[in-house]
Amino acid sequence: MDKNISFTLKIWRQNGPKEQGHFDTFQMKDIPGDTSFLEMLDILNEQLIEEGKEPVVFDHDCREGICGMCSLYINGHPHGPATGATTCQLYMRRFNDGDVITVEPWRSAGFPVIKDLMVDRSAYDKIMQAGGYISIRTGAPQDANAILIPKPIADEAMDAASCIGCGACVAACKNGSAMLFVSAKVSQLNLLPQGKPEALRRAKAMISKMDELGFGNCTNTRACEAECPKNVSISNIARLNRDFIKAKLKD
Amino acid sequence: MWLSNSSIGRKVVMSVTGIALVLFLTFHMLMNLVALFSAEGYNMVCEFLGTNWYALLGTLALAALFVIHIIYAFWLTMMNRAARGSERYAVSVKPKTVEWASQNMLALGVIVILGLALHLFNFWYNMMFAELIGNPLMGGLSATDGYGYIVETFSNPVFFILYIVWLCALWFHLTHGFWSAMQTLGWNNTIWINRWKCISNIYSTVIVLGFMLVAVVFFVKNL
Repeated sequence: MDKNISFTLKIWRQNGPKEQGHFDTFQMKDIPGDTSFLEMLDILNEQLIEEGKEPVVFDHDCREGICGMCSLYINGHPHGPATGATTCQLYMRRFNDGDVITVEPWRSAGFPVIKDLMVDRSAYDKIMQAGGYISIRTGAPQDANAILIPKPIADEAMDAASCIGCGACVAACKNGSAMLFVSAKVSQLNLLPQGKPEALRRAKAMISKMDELGFGNCTNTRACEAECPKNVSISNIARLNRDFIKAKLKD
Repeated sequence: MWLSNSSIGRKVVMSVTGIALVLFLTFHMLMNLVALFSAEGYNMVCEFLGTNWYALLGTLALAALFVIHIIYAFWLTMMNRAARGSERYAVSVKPKTVEWASQNMLALGVIVILGLALHLFNFWYNMMFAELIGNPLMGGLSATDGYGYIVETFSNPVFFILYIVWLCALWFHLTHGFWSAMQTLGWNNTIWINRWKCISNIYSTVIVLGFMLVAVVFFVKNL
């Protein structure tokens, strides 16, 4: 059994994208260590509702580290101090009695704040719509073994596909660059035979959409890779650079 | 033009000019080492590089590389600050795997430019520029007496310390810049990243130590 802890929460409150934000401070008492971070926020919100105050707005959905909805910049780290895990997989046993825990939204021009800790990540959907798919003709499916894919390639594509599109890479990057996300989404298709025919067009279209939406230029600091809850590697960024340069040289 | 209107294109320009400048540093460092062995030999190199038009053309190309690299650096930094948004994090922690140099390339670059300005004033202005305006004795010594200018500069402890600080900033700038250029040009993967990092650490150290060796030897000689 984990022991209970008491701590101070500093939470960013902001009424809308254009409003001036500020920090609110809350005292949390006797929170069990096996409470997840989001459950702890639920407890806070129940208290706030009972007191007749407005609850803190934050994104969440599956709460098992797959959907990519939870965000939160906790004590200077996207998804908190744990590595290779999302905020919903973070437990209060990571913190100590008497800690001050600062919770901020993703801060990036590409992800404007909707309210409090919730940001608008629809820019990622727009990048996906620009080329994060394969065009296939419908009809009878062929046998799965007709197209052979070497195991290392399949593994690499699968690792790239583990990206949940949460936006931690942009939140961690001092340049607000979305390259880790875009490179993962390009790589998961460009590595495989089904994605190859449209590989160069995809790289160009998704990069141009990314630039258009106001994300920054990658300077290879590797903060994204360090904070990614799915441990997506920047070798994907090198592949995207390669494909993009190839495409431009062919034009 | 994709080299100016796409993020990867702009980074390609930074990488290519950066790598070209690393090559320049390599040749510069090798020529400096000549001064350790022979004063006449070093002055012959100075004479050769000062008087012919190919060298002058090379200088112009080199200046263009610097200017492009610097303009793009400021441009990229401005865009990146805008992309970060107007609010800054109240608490921000640098992950362990993030190199300090990688987050401070512009600041390091500015130190390198300031050092370069001092260096041009100490040497280039008195040597190549003096020849160009036809007053080879402008700095007090003959324009082709590079050896004499090395002795003069490093006999001053202030210049010596400034040069050492400059070279340290250059080392940090190169250790990130070298492998980062390879990553941007797409020549990287999970295996090569460690190789490139190792190569760029060794290469930067050799270049910077080569420059420092000349500065230290001439400073100590004059004590």
